Amino acid sequence: MSAPVLQVRDLVVEYEGRGHAVQAVRGVSFDVHAGEVVALVGESGSGKSTTAHAVVGLLAGGGRVVGGSVRLHDGELVGLPPKAWQQVRGARIGLVPQDPGIALNPVARIGDQVAEVLRIHGRVRRAAAAQQAVEILRSVGLSDPEARARQYPHELSGGMRQRVLIGIALALEPSLVIADEPTSALDVTVQSRVLDLFDDLTARTGSAVLFITHDLAVAADRADRVVVMKDGEIVEEGLTAQVLGAPSHPYTRSLLAAAPQLAVRERVAPRAPSVGASPLLDVLSVSKTFRLPGHAGRTVQAVDDVSFSVPRGGAFGLVGESGSGKSTIARLVLQLTTPDSGTVLLDGAPVVDAAGRALLRRRSQLVHQNPFASLDPRFTVAKIIDEPLRSHRVGSRSQRRDRVVELLEQVALGAAYASRRPGELSGGQRQRVAIARALALEPDLLVLDEPTSALDVSVQAQILALLDRLRRDRALTYLFISHDLAVVRQVADRVGVLHDGRLVEVGPTADVFDHPQDPYTAELVGAIPGRRADLPVLTAAPLERSTR
Amino acid sequence: MTLVSQAPAAVAAPSVVLARPVPGRRRRHPLATPGVLASFAVVLVILGWALVPGLFTAADPLVGVPADKLSAPSAEHWFGTDNLGRDLYARTVHGTGLSLQAALLALGLGLAVGALVGLVAGYLGGAVDAVLMRTTDVLLAIPGLLLSLAVVTALGFGTLKVAIAVGVAEVATFARVMRSEVLRVRTTTYVEAAVLAGARRSAVLARHVLPNAAAPILVLATVQLGVIVLAVSSLSFLGFGAVPPTPEWGSLVAEGRNYLSVAWWFTTLPGLVIAALVLAANRLGRLLEGRTHR
Amino acid sequence: MTGYVLRRLGAAVLVLWAAFTVSFAVLYLLPSDPVSIMLDAANPGGTVDPAQVAELSARYGFDRPPLEQYLVLLGRAVTGDLGVSVSSGAPVSQLLADAFPQTLALTSFALGIALLLGGTIAAVSSWSRSTRLRGALLALPPLGVSMPTFWIGLLLLQLFSFRLPLFPAVGNQGFPSLVLPAVTLAIPLSAVVAQVLARSMRTAWDAPYVETALAKGASRGRVQWRHVTRNAALPALTLLGIAVGNLLAGAVVVETVFSRAGFGGLVEKAVRAQDIPVVQGVVVVGALVFVVVNLVVDLAYPALDPRIARIPATA
Repeated sequence: MSAPVLQVRDLVVEYEGRGHAVQAVRGVSFDVHAGEVVALVGESGSGKSTTAHAVVGLLAGGGRVVGGSVRLHDGELVGLPPKAWQQVRGARIGLVPQDPGIALNPVARIGDQVAEVLRIHGRVRRAAAAQQAVEILRSVGLSDPEARARQYPHELSGGMRQRVLIGIALALEPSLVIADEPTSALDVTVQSRVLDLFDDLTARTGSAVLFITHDLAVAADRADRVVVMKDGEIVEEGLTAQVLGAPSHPYTRSLLAAAPQLAVRERVAPRAPSVGASPLLDVLSVSKTFRLPGHAGRTVQAVDDVSFSVPRGGAFGLVGESGSGKSTIARLVLQLTTPDSGTVLLDGAPVVDAAGRALLRRRSQLVHQNPFASLDPRFTVAKIIDEPLRSHRVGSRSQRRDRVVELLEQVALGAAYASRRPGELSGGQRQRVAIARALALEPDLLVLDEPTSALDVSVQAQILALLDRLRRDRALTYLFISHDLAVVRQVADRVGVLHDGRLVEVGPTADVFDHPQDPYTAELVGAIPGRRADLPVLTAAPLERSTR
Repeated sequence: MTLVSQAPAAVAAPSVVLARPVPGRRRRHPLATPGVLASFAVVLVILGWALVPGLFTAADPLVGVPADKLSAPSAEHWFGTDNLGRDLYARTVHGTGLSLQAALLALGLGLAVGALVGLVAGYLGGAVDAVLMRTTDVLLAIPGLLLSLAVVTALGFGTLKVAIAVGVAEVATFARVMRSEVLRVRTTTYVEAAVLAGARRSAVLARHVLPNAAAPILVLATVQLGVIVLAVSSLSFLGFGAVPPTPEWGSLVAEGRNYLSVAWWFTTLPGLVIAALVLAANRLGRLLEGRTHR
Repeated sequence: MTGYVLRRLGAAVLVLWAAFTVSFAVLYLLPSDPVSIMLDAANPGGTVDPAQVAELSARYGFDRPPLEQYLVLLGRAVTGDLGVSVSSGAPVSQLLADAFPQTLALTSFALGIALLLGGTIAAVSSWSRSTRLRGALLALPPLGVSMPTFWIGLLLLQLFSFRLPLFPAVGNQGFPSLVLPAVTLAIPLSAVVAQVLARSMRTAWDAPYVETALAKGASRGRVQWRHVTRNAALPALTLLGIAVGNLLAGAVVVETVFSRAGFGGLVEKAVRAQDIPVVQGVVVVGALVFVVVNLVVDLAYPALDPRIARIPATA
């Protein structure tokens, strides 16, 4: 094999903390060859992003390389003076940043931002650069590139913006392209189209690609080789099929098992629906329109004639991309907002007055998406879980205290957490507290609004397992809302697919995923990452099975 | 087959990932920097001047020794003497009480009225909010010192009236910040969670909104204290405050205006005290700000 | 677009009317007796002649019910008649017009200095990679906002008029007499400008689009100039209205320190003599300046920020 394009050896990166330094990357070594895609995989805090930024010399404030070497072809990059770095970045190393929503200058035109990279490196005239920028926009698949060049970033969709950023990164055909979670912020269908484009273009230029992702499924689809990082070190690396098919390190195995997209292959039969006779929740032809702020008279139809019902003890998954109206449905079900037309029945009874709403509030509870925002930072954990009990005057003070401890144990936290505050807890622990609070009043229905989307994949697996156990133990009914189809597939026994406020398909989970009827559902399912890679079914997993 | 079975034990145990020792309440002491220590010292000394001036100087602030007039700072007269031979350090120390009282009165007025207006506007919303906020818009449109001057014109001169005038000009600032804090807290997810938990409006207000909105208001009060000290001393400098010979910081500096060319200390040193207090208050305010926004 | 302009214009007029009303409420309705105040101020310690009181009350309309007084004054104000000075007898609008050019020269010069000085401090401190330079520069603004304006003026007078006779100490004669007052007025404002701009520039430097620009191979200087400055200046622009209002208020003090004729001198004398019509005139003009500056900012904003420009266009 020819010499590698990128050669990282014993890289050590430190962050200057308050008074003491923290090593975020500890002795990392790997190569990337021309035409090869290497995925750097890990959870948040694993050092994958820091490694990538060290390679382009763009460590955030306080970070510096304290050891090791980074060589591009034969040139050492560590310790390069600023002037020399400027000639490397953009020309020889391209960077596709994480969040296309904020990675373009909001007050500069698209064309100028693309042309800037040409102007910096090529000494082209302004007019020629503008012309080339339009060609670049055309090459990344934007329609009407002349018009796009004159627009500003906010006038483009997220997918289009990421195409622009890919165009900028590849404009000068760099020998190395670093993609830092390039599509994590995008909807799943957009994500797969953008990644297809990225694959095409890098294959054409023959660039070496360093692909940073937390998503094993994306890595499985896109990478030739996978490097798994944990706590600043590499725990395993090798060919994608080998690492993901027969992982040798326990951490890789646990990551794989926790990844819903890949784990789901194992689940063949859907859970036998433990359905009660009558539906607990009925949503009947509900519609809701919002007025757009700042646009006199213009409205948006957030929810359009949606009907579904959830049997007692069932788990109904509501999936859709951003803006599909799924969160509005959650708010309608919880009576946080009233529908323009249609009704919501709980146990067959409509909610008509304030007393009915109070009853419904008691019997249906919500778990919010973001556990960092849903807990009052000034309260202790005990006070947070106690709040619903106190508000509904359940029991005496000491009874309530016992109940709080009991609830903490049910979510596997234990009484020791009672006196802590949210700021002292991790994301997963906070979400457990939020679940305990939701369970305090013994509700029938739990509305889960993206309960794991703010969490790392292994934490997500724990929370999903907890939710599953709670449902079985306590005969709960779930309305589970998510953009992540793989997660929904794990949790739900029936699924509804939302698109632009309309429910385009409803059915048993396996049917919807395996034999989608609606074209939109088919596109959505087809875009789930982890499908392209033909990996052997995990053989290691049964050994790890928990008896819990 | 259940879902739990797919999550290996190593991952399912909640303690493995992200579990680190819980950081206690005690952190590395952030108060130990020289700037913060000096600020505390300045505030303490000036508070001492205000409360027990006699402890800091034995000289009489009102009666001077004409023979010593306009003498430069020395071991005997730390800040020098004025045109009547009075000890300027004693006048500064004895002027502190009145100047600080005025500033605190103005702060209290602005804080109490402003916070109440902001709370009512933010919590009730609707027409009440609209009327109150348009009113504060107007108060903000009139430059603060001009508004204070108008109030002084109507009420007349004196330290108390100056304090009221400055306080009135501060109301709008506090009302704005209080309202936006109330709105911010009201729309947080944890307040929505409390509503869903069945908490009544009054309970939400008392348990969630007020405690979470109070901290930024108190920080603002510390920061505004500096602004208020400057405004009070400006009005006093213009001659709308205490009647001579009663010493007050602003008027002390004004008295030295005619002796600029012969007695640099006359204006410089009392003014330096004002600047030191404002600087210290701002430094401590920023410290508090940093801690609440942690 | 015309709808947007008209709405802004309407709001500006409304604020102006409300400022007039507030100043009326403060000056005429607070529990004080304007006539005896005026008489006392005009003739301190003199005996009060009931006939004179009645004559003055009738002249200024104090014998009428407050609402009628208000409507009469408002009606006159709309036509530009702000009443007559109690102490000098000259029309208030004439006094304001005479004072305005001096104060305009002072405040606009001070604004220029403040923007230049504050902008430079902010830009250099955010661009520089030297923590020492950055720390030194960022220590300046807290000092600037902590010093009383009158004290800065007196210090400058001492240093540059008496120790080194470079500039005249008092008066309105030509450019040299403008320098020290303008610098005095500019120092606190430049500190505010530096603080606000430095903070928003730091935020801009942390923004992902800066990383994108650096990844293109742009130098720090280019990023500072092309990407950071424009993004950081936009939010700071909205502070301009308040800044100019504060300049006007600061001018009251500075013009007193330097014994300059102008707005500040006018209002200082008027407050001393409790010359209510003049004080009200100055307050209304203060609000007018604030409203005009904000109107200009509001109307210019869409031209500068493309994210806002498109909203009226599509509505």
